[in-house]
Amino acid sequence: MDVTERPAMREVGAVSSKKENPLVAVLAAVLRIALAIAIPIIAFLVLYAGFIFLREGNAPKWLTAVVAIVWGVGGVAVLYWIFNWIVEMLPEVWTQRLQPFVFIGPAIAILTWYLALPVARTFWISLFSRDGPEFGTFIGLQNYITVFTNRLMLEAFRNNILFWMGIATPLTVAIGLLIAVLADRSKFERVSKSLIFMPMAISFVGASVIFNFIYEVKPVDAPQIGLLNAIWVGLGGQPQAWPAATSIAPWNNLFLVVIVLWMQAGYAMVLFSAALKGIPEEILEAARVDGATEIQVFFRIMIPYIMGTIITVTTTVVIFTLKIFDVVWVMTGGQFGTEVIATQFYRQSFTALNKGLGSSIAIVLLIAVIPVMVYNLRQFRRQEAF
Amino acid sequence: MKSRTRWDKIRGPLFVNGVLALLVIIWLVPVLGLFISSFRDRFSLQTTGWWTILPHKEWTIVEEIDPRAEGLDSQGVMEVGGVSATFEELRAGVQTPEGQRVQWVGNRRIGYIQVQDREWTVNWDFTLDNYKQVLAGKAFEYQRPDGTVEVIQGDNFSVALFNSIAVSVPATVIPILIAAFAAYGFAWMNFPGRRFLFIMVVALLVVPLQIALVPILRDYAKLQINGTFLAIWLAHTGFGLPLATYLLFNYISTLPRETLESAFIDGASHFTIFLKLILPLSVPALASFAIFQFLWVWNDYLVALIFLGGSRELQVVTFRLASIVGDRGQDWHLLTAAAFITMLLPLLVFFGLQRYFVRGLLAGSVKG
Repeated sequence: MDVTERPAMREVGAVSSKKENPLVAVLAAVLRIALAIAIPIIAFLVLYAGFIFLREGNAPKWLTAVVAIVWGVGGVAVLYWIFNWIVEMLPEVWTQRLQPFVFIGPAIAILTWYLALPVARTFWISLFSRDGPEFGTFIGLQNYITVFTNRLMLEAFRNNILFWMGIATPLTVAIGLLIAVLADRSKFERVSKSLIFMPMAISFVGASVIFNFIYEVKPVDAPQIGLLNAIWVGLGGQPQAWPAATSIAPWNNLFLVVIVLWMQAGYAMVLFSAALKGIPEEILEAARVDGATEIQVFFRIMIPYIMGTIITVTTTVVIFTLKIFDVVWVMTGGQFGTEVIATQFYRQSFTALNKGLGSSIAIVLLIAVIPVMVYNLRQFRRQEAF
Repeated sequence: MKSRTRWDKIRGPLFVNGVLALLVIIWLVPVLGLFISSFRDRFSLQTTGWWTILPHKEWTIVEEIDPRAEGLDSQGVMEVGGVSATFEELRAGVQTPEGQRVQWVGNRRIGYIQVQDREWTVNWDFTLDNYKQVLAGKAFEYQRPDGTVEVIQGDNFSVALFNSIAVSVPATVIPILIAAFAAYGFAWMNFPGRRFLFIMVVALLVVPLQIALVPILRDYAKLQINGTFLAIWLAHTGFGLPLATYLLFNYISTLPRETLESAFIDGASHFTIFLKLILPLSVPALASFAIFQFLWVWNDYLVALIFLGGSRELQVVTFRLASIVGDRGQDWHLLTAAAFITMLLPLLVFFGLQRYFVRGLLAGSVKG
C-alpha cells in the first residue's frame, strides 16, 4: 500500500495545505465554527421543544422516558445526517473543507461548553465574594487565602493527603497487585477475580449502605447487628460508632478508606493481571532455572516489568481519591473530622452558597490534577504520530 | 522422603489458594450480609445479626411462667424457676446453676417470666416484605412478635428505579453517538486544528467535573432546565465525552486502512463509510464504553444531586438511597432492600458483559 493509493485522504490534506484566498479562509473558519455550534444548539432546541411539549401535556412518566430516548437519540442522529447532507450538496472543495466539522464539531462544542469554558468561568467566579460576579465584590485571591487557612479546609487537606493519598492509594495498589499475582497462579483465577472485581459495579452510595450496616452500632446491652461491633464486643470491647468515633479521630477516617479499598482493589487487580500476563514466560522460566526464588522473581522481574502499569494505576487512584465525595458525604457528611476537599466544595458551593469560595476550591482541585494532565499529554505526544 | 517432596509440591498452591480464598471471602462478606439481610424479617433484622441464619447457640424459651398466676410479688424477692431474685435482677436475666436463664419479659404489670436454655438454632425468618415495602410507596401494617401492630411508612423506590433508567439510557447512547462521529473525524479526516483539538480532548480527560458544576448550573437556571432529565443527560454527555472520544479514537484509528481505502475508491462518502463500515467494526469498543458510561451514570451521585436534587419526582436510585440513609438510617429493612435494588442492574450488566468492561478499563486507564 502506497501513499498514492489514498485518494480521499490525500485530497483533503491537499486542500488545507494549498495557499488559500484569505477571504475564503475566513469564510471557511466562520462556517466551520458555525457548524460546530449549530448542531448542538439545534439538537438542544429540538430536545427542549419535545420536553416542554411533554411537560405541558402532563404525559405519563414512562411515555416521557420513551419519547426522550427515541427523541433524544434519534434526534441527534438525524441532525448529523441532515447537516452532512447539506455539506455534501456543496461544491467538492467546500465539502472537504466543512465535512470534518460536521463530524467533530458537536463534540468539540459540547466539550467547550461543559469542560473547557467552565475552567475560565469558575476561576473568574473564584475571584469574587460569596455572590459571584453579578452581585458580589471583586476580592482578588482572598478566597484562596481562606482555602489554605480555614480550619475545615485544612482538615480536608490533611485527610486527602494523609488518608486518601497516603494510605488508601498505596494500599489499593498493593492489594490489587497481591491479588493479581495470587490469582495468576491459581486454578480459580476467573472466579476469584470476578468476585473481587464485583464491587466496581456497585455505586458508592450502595457501598456506603453496605458498610454502614457493617459498622452499625447498638447500645451496650443490646445484641450488635453490625458485623464489626459483633466481633469487637465478642472479643470483649465496647461497641463503637466506627467512622463516627471522634475518640479515635483522625484515625476514624480509616473506616472510610476501607470502603474505597474494597471497591477499587478490583480495578487495580484487573490492570495488573493484564500486565502480568504480558511478561514473557521465558524470562520467568530462565530466572527460575537460574535458582531465583519466587520472591526474587517478583521483585526483580515482575515489578520492573509492570512498572508502567503501576504508575498508571497509582495515578488513576490518586486522581480518584482526590475527588472522593460520595462515600464521605453519605457515611459521615464530613463530620467527625472526615471532611475532604470535594465535600468542602459541595458544602461551600451548594449549602453555604458561597460561590466564590466554592469555585476557588474547584480550582485547587484542578491545579492538583495538572501534573497528571501534563504527563498524559507527554505520553500522547510520544506515542502518537499525530 | 517421598512424602516430603509431595508436600513441597502441594504447599505452594495450597498457600496461594488459601490466601486467595480468604481474600475472596473478605470481599464477599459485606455484600452477602446485605443480601441476606434484605430478605430477613424486619424485627429479626433489628435485633439479631444476619449471621444468626447460621447454626448457633441461642437462648430459647423452655417454659413461660405467668407471675400473677404463681402469686409472685414483683415488688419483693421472687422464688421462680430455681432462683430467687428481685424484679430488676430478673429483667437483666438470672443464671440458674444448671446453666438455664430466668428472665422477666415485658413490664412489671403485665410481663411474664421465661425460663430459657441455650440451644442450637437458626434464624430462618425470610420474607419478601422488605422489597414490597421499599418499592410500593405506601404505609404498611406490621405485626410485632409480641402481637402489637405498628404502621410503617414504605418507600416509593420503584419511581426512582424508573427515573434511573430514563436518565441512564440516553446519557449512555447520546455521548457514544457524538463521540463516535468525532473519533472518526479525528482518525480519518484531515482538517486545520485537528492536532490542537485532539490535544484538548486528551487534556480534558482528567479535569475534575467539580470545576463545571457552578457555571453549568447557572446556565441551566438561565435556560430554565434545572431539574429536568434533559439537564442531566446533557451534563453526563459533556462529562463523558472526553473519555468516549479518546477510547473510540484509539480503536477506530487502528482499524485496517485497506478496508477504508477500497471503500473510498468505490466512491463512498465519509458518512456512508462511517455508518456502514466503521460503526459495525467498532462494536467491541462501543460496547466497552457503553458499559463504562452506563455504570458511571447509574452509580453517579454527585451529578444527580446537583442537577436533579431539587425535584422530588425525578430522584434517581442513588439519590433516593442516600435520602433514606439520611432520614431513616435505622430502618435496615428498607435500606438493605433498596441498596440491593440499586445494585441489581449494574451487577447483571457487569457479570453479563464483564469481558467488554475489562477491555474498556484497560483502554481507558488514563482517566481519573
